[in-house]
Amino acid sequence: MYNATVARLTYRGLLGRRRAFILFGLPALLLGVSVVVRVLVGADDGTASSVLGGLALATMVPLIGVVAGTGAIGPEIDDGSVVYLLSKPVKRPTIIFTKLIVAIAVTVAFSAVPTLVAGFILNGNSQQIAVAYAAAAAVASVAYSAVFLLLGTVTRHAVVAGLVYALVWESLFGSLVPGARTLSVQQWSLALAQRIGAEGAVSSDVGLPLALVLLAGVTVAATWFAGRKLRSLTLAGEE
Amino acid sequence: MSSIRIDSVSRWFGNVVAVNDVSMTVGPGVTGLLGPNGAGKSTLINMMGGFLAPSTGTVTLDGAAIWRNEQIYRHIGIVPEREAMYDFLTGLEFVRANAELHGLGAAEAQKALATVEMEYAQDRAISTYSKGMRQRVKMASALVHEPSVLLLDEPFNGMDPRQRMQLMDLLRRMGAEGRTVLFSSHILEEVEQLATHIEVVVAGRHAASGDFRKIRRLMTDRPHRYLVRSSDDRALAAALIADPSTAGIEVDVQEGALRIQAVDFGRFTALLPQVAREHGIRLLTVSPSDESLESVFSYLVAA
Repeated sequence: MYNATVARLTYRGLLGRRRAFILFGLPALLLGVSVVVRVLVGADDGTASSVLGGLALATMVPLIGVVAGTGAIGPEIDDGSVVYLLSKPVKRPTIIFTKLIVAIAVTVAFSAVPTLVAGFILNGNSQQIAVAYAAAAAVASVAYSAVFLLLGTVTRHAVVAGLVYALVWESLFGSLVPGARTLSVQQWSLALAQRIGAEGAVSSDVGLPLALVLLAGVTVAATWFAGRKLRSLTLAGEE
Repeated sequence: MSSIRIDSVSRWFGNVVAVNDVSMTVGPGVTGLLGPNGAGKSTLINMMGGFLAPSTGTVTLDGAAIWRNEQIYRHIGIVPEREAMYDFLTGLEFVRANAELHGLGAAEAQKALATVEMEYAQDRAISTYSKGMRQRVKMASALVHEPSVLLLDEPFNGMDPRQRMQLMDLLRRMGAEGRTVLFSSHILEEVEQLATHIEVVVAGRHAASGDFRKIRRLMTDRPHRYLVRSSDDRALAAALIADPSTAGIEVDVQEGALRIQAVDFGRFTALLPQVAREHGIRLLTVSPSDESLESVFSYLVAA
């Protein structure tokens, strides 16, 4: 199911282009903000929770997810170089699965890990807040990677579509319309954070069992559909 | 020895018919797919390469369907027209990745690079390559698994004459080895130099198929139209119409010229200056009025 060559090409494509600036820039921003907050406010659980929930989980994780998920396949489809992967006796689901693993690894490395570090900077993992948010960021990374990888296979405007989803749906509607929260990767992952964190430290609108089912369901469905999409990918000629 | 068979294939995009009921078989040797830009050559090649489903009809390689059959790529090598190719890799890394995806290794990659004579630049990033170098590395990536079928979409575009000759030699060699080599081109001379067998498509239809020389003759023997201006148009017209090589002459008073339709190209071109000299007429303009490739092709469709 996993192809090392496809993985290598995907990593090099992701980390070697301009996307790398965003991948390195956002975590650096989070860590910078954490240091400043710690120095100015001191170790405070409430503040730590709002920085990790508001900046890390609500903004940084989906953005990194968009960059890594769409970037794992979108540019290759756009410029046509995907033809070199597809004109090989390699199963399409293998290509998608490998790219998903790479996207998840990159998203976890550039969002969940910095979230953990930021949590320790902010309040030294008091009330398990750092670990809780890092775990949430990790499971959200998986679902975001799958969803944005799918977007990369279905539309040429995957980055824009991904940003609209991440910023408008997750951030804006999520905070204004209560019902929208139930259909939000962020809230599902918060359910896990709620379980890990101390009583009352983190709260989610969704129960943990439902959240896990939805996370797994979305990941599997998006991956399956992306594989299907790639199987009948049509390359329009220059004409 | 492999053959690609296209059977009653049509392909449309929305309301636009790109390929219209085409049937052809491409066998071992070098075949040229000739047609003007926008004729449907890329659409046909994409269908033969498994990157486009026919709207109707079937495309098969030795009886096996090509669409949605990734195992078929054990036998097919593809050289796409588009430029993009993992520019951040070196030539060697790129060809090696292609070899690995076929389950092969460094030795095969090196051999393919040697075949296209690109070893000297194999450690440079592809982004620094010229168009001809890119084309050769693309060739190496397509040859790495020694496929029995090689599909090339406009492979000579942007190549300088020396690179063109090298690639032609290589393709000739592959054809002589018994591989099925199909390349598309909109340039008659390119096809003439390389292909023994050609398939002509015009406006999505299969216009002609067969030996290049026969089709070339068909193209040369078609009625030619000329616009001629001389010191005495009417006297020239009278003298020319007496010869069977001329089918019709119109005196275009407004233009001050003769519009001549010649049926025998060779004879007419010899006759015109001869007749003019005999009658003491000076020829001021002799210009063919339908020499564009499109008109040559559209004549073939009508034939």
